Amino acid sequence: MKLVLTQEQRELREAVRGFLATASPLSAVRTAMDSETGHDPAVYRRLAGELGLTGLIVPEEYGGAGAGHAELAVVLEETGAALLPGPFLATTAAAVALTQARTPDKELLSGIAEGRLNAVYVPASGVGVDAAGGDGRAVLRGTAPQVINGMDADVLLVETADGALVAVESAAEGVTRRALTTLDPTRRQAGVTFDGAAGRVISEGDENGLARTRDLLAVAVAAEQLGVLRAALDAIVAYSKVRVAFNRLIGSYQGVKHKLADMHCKLEQAESIVRHAAWAADEAPAELPAAAALAQVYLGRACFEVARDSLLLHGGIGFTWEHDAHLYYKRAKADEVLLGPPRTHRARLADLLEL
Amino acid sequence: MDLDEYRRGARSWLAENAPDTRAEGAPDAGGVAAAKEFMVKLYDAGYSGITWPREWGGQGLTQAEDRAFAAEAQDFALPTYVFSIGLGMCGPTLVDLGTDEQRRRYIRPLLRGEEIWCQLFSEPGAGSDVAALQTRAVPTDGGWVVDGQKVWTSVAHHADLGLLLARTDVDVPKHKGLTMFIVDMHAPGVTVRPLRDMSGRAHFNEIFFDGVHIPAENVVGKVGDGWSCAVTTLLHERLSISSGVGMGGQKDNPAAFEALRAAHAGPGGATDPLVRDQLVELYVRSRALALFNQRLAQETKAGIFPGARGSAAKLLLAELTLFQADLATSLAGPEAVAYPGEGDGGESAGVRLANTIAMAPGMALGGGTNEIMRNIVGERVLNLPPEPRTDKNVPFKDLRTSGDASAADGRLA
Repeated sequence: MKLVLTQEQRELREAVRGFLATASPLSAVRTAMDSETGHDPAVYRRLAGELGLTGLIVPEEYGGAGAGHAELAVVLEETGAALLPGPFLATTAAAVALTQARTPDKELLSGIAEGRLNAVYVPASGVGVDAAGGDGRAVLRGTAPQVINGMDADVLLVETADGALVAVESAAEGVTRRALTTLDPTRRQAGVTFDGAAGRVISEGDENGLARTRDLLAVAVAAEQLGVLRAALDAIVAYSKVRVAFNRLIGSYQGVKHKLADMHCKLEQAESIVRHAAWAADEAPAELPAAAALAQVYLGRACFEVARDSLLLHGGIGFTWEHDAHLYYKRAKADEVLLGPPRTHRARLADLLEL
Repeated sequence: MDLDEYRRGARSWLAENAPDTRAEGAPDAGGVAAAKEFMVKLYDAGYSGITWPREWGGQGLTQAEDRAFAAEAQDFALPTYVFSIGLGMCGPTLVDLGTDEQRRRYIRPLLRGEEIWCQLFSEPGAGSDVAALQTRAVPTDGGWVVDGQKVWTSVAHHADLGLLLARTDVDVPKHKGLTMFIVDMHAPGVTVRPLRDMSGRAHFNEIFFDGVHIPAENVVGKVGDGWSCAVTTLLHERLSISSGVGMGGQKDNPAAFEALRAAHAGPGGATDPLVRDQLVELYVRSRALALFNQRLAQETKAGIFPGARGSAAKLLLAELTLFQADLATSLAGPEAVAYPGEGDGGESAGVRLANTIAMAPGMALGGGTNEIMRNIVGERVLNLPPEPRTDKNVPFKDLRTSGDASAADGRLA
C-alpha cells in the first residue's frame, strides 16, 4: 500500500499548482463564472495542451501520458483546490469510462488526449436504447436531467439504462440541451434530452467495465473534494493569523483554534483515504470497491463540514458574495451529492462489508 | 549482517523464547519476576536497546534493525510492560542528558530489566500545566531533601528508580525553577499508594515524598534546567505512544468494528437499518484513523518526521475510543450495565463491555488531554498564535495555584 507521494508525483503537483496559481487564481475564477460559458477556454486549452492533463490517464498508444489514478488524484486535488471551472472533471470522467471499456475507442480517446474534443460522461439514468442498428449504432430516447458541463460537450458519452455505452454528438439531431441554474457557480450543469438521437455503441453488456468506472469516478471526485477541503482550511487558517478581535488574533482563541485542529484532523484522514483509494485503483482492484465507497462516504461529509466551518469562522464577511468562502461551501455541497445522495454511498459500503 | 538475516535471527529467537500468553497491564509480583527473567534473556541475546549507544550497554545498531525486530515481535506477546516507562522515557532521557557516571551506572541494568523505572512529573495540582508542580527539593548537605506528592505514576509499585521533576527555586518564573533528579524508590520517606481509577482497578499510583534525601550526583542536567529536561522526556513519551497508536489492540477489543459486526450483524447482515448505519459509521472512523497511522508510518520510513502531527493521531484515537465504547454499550443494551460478577459467571460479554466504557475516558486524558492535543495541533502544526500567557514572567511564589481561594471563585489575580 502506498500512501505517500513519490518524487514524480510531488513534481506533478507543483507543476499543476504553479500553473493554476497564475492562470486561474480565484479572481479569474470569479470572472469566468460570470462569463457566458462559465469558464475560460484559453485556460482549458493550456491545461490540455501545455500540461497534457486531459490525456493524463489515456494510454500512450492513443496519445495520452498513460499515467495512473494516483497521478490523476494529485491533479484533481489541485483543480479542486483552485475551484477550476470548466469541463476538466467531466472530460476526465469520459476518459475513465472509455479506458475501462472492453474495446477502447481510439478516435474519442485520442481526441480527448489532444484536447480537441470535449467529451462528457452521462452516468446511468433514464436514457434508453430505442432501436439498435446492426452497424454498431443505436438510437437513444430519454432524459439525463443533470449532466455536468453538458453545455460544453462536443460528445456525450451515455451510459444507457440497459448498460450500454453510447457516444452521441451533442450537435446530432434529436439532442436538446438546456442549461440549468446551479448552486455552485464554478461548475455548470445541463439537462439533456435524447429524442431519437443516433450514436455509436462503444460497449454493450460490459458490467465490469461500468462498475469499475463508477468506482474510479468515486475516487476522482474524492480527490477533488480533498483539494476543496484543503483550500477551505488553508483560507481560514491564514485569516485567523491576521484577523484581530478583542485585541487578539482570533487564531489564539481556543474556541477557534480547537475547531481548526479538528478540521486538520479531518484533512489528515481525508488525505490518507484518498491516497489509499487511488493506490487501490492502480494496484489492488479487489480493494477498489470498498476503498472508493469509503472515499465518498468520508470525503463528502468532511469536505462539506470543513468548508462550512471555514465560512462560519470567517464571521459575517464569509456570508458575503464578495468573499470566496461561499464558493468552497457550494462546491463542497455540490460535490457531496454529485454521485448521488450520501446515503447511497453508505449503503454501498454496508453491502460491501456484508453488514 | 544484512537486514533479512537479522530479521530471520530475531524471528527464530522470539519463536524459541517468547512466552505464550500476554500479560495484560501491570503484572503481580510473580509476573514481574518472570518478566525480569525474560528481560535478561532478551538483553543477553542483543535485542534490548537495539539503537542505544554501545558504550553504555546498547547494541549501537540503526532504526532499520529496531524496526525489523519490532515487526517480528508484533506476532508475540512480550512481557515488557513494567519496563516500558524506563525503555520509552527515562532511559532515553539519561542517554541524552545524563552524566557519563549516570549512564554507566543506570543504562545497562535498565536495558537488562534488573531495575524498573517510573516517571514522576504530574501532581494533583499540575496535570496539563505540569510546570506548575509544587513538589519542593531543598538543598542540604551533599544533596537535596524532597517533599511533595506525585500522581498517575504507572508501575511505581514495582519501580526501583524514578525520574523526578521538582521545584528548586520559587523566586523565578515557573519554567525556570525546576530540576530533574534520579530518585531511589526504596529510600526512606517514599510512600507508594495504588490509585484506583474509575474502572475500579489500580492502573496507577500516587507517590508521597516525606523528607526524602537525594544525593547531589543524582541531578539530571543542570539545576534549574528541569523544564528543558522534561521536554526531552515528553518528546520520547510521545514518540513511544504514537509509534504504537492505532496499530494494534483492536483484536481483543469488544467494542471494535469486527467484534460489533459479529455481535450485531449476523450472516444475513443487520436486520435493523439504524444498526447497519451505525456499524458503517464505526467502520469509517476506524478505517480513517488506521489509514492515517499507516500514512504517518510510511512518511517516517521515508524520512519525513511526523512531529506534532502525532498529536492529531492521538486525539483521533481518543475520540474513536469514546465513540466505539459508547456505541458498543448502546447496541448491547441493558446487558452492558448489569451482569454476573467476574467470579460468578466467568468472562461475560457484559463484564468486558462495562470495562470498555469505564476505561474509555482514559485515552482522552492520559498523555495529554484532548484540549491539550488541540492546542498542540493548532500551535505546532497549523502555527496559530499562542494563547496570551499571564504565568510566564512572574516568580512562581506569586502565581495562583488550584488551592488558592482566588482561583476557587474564578477571580483574576
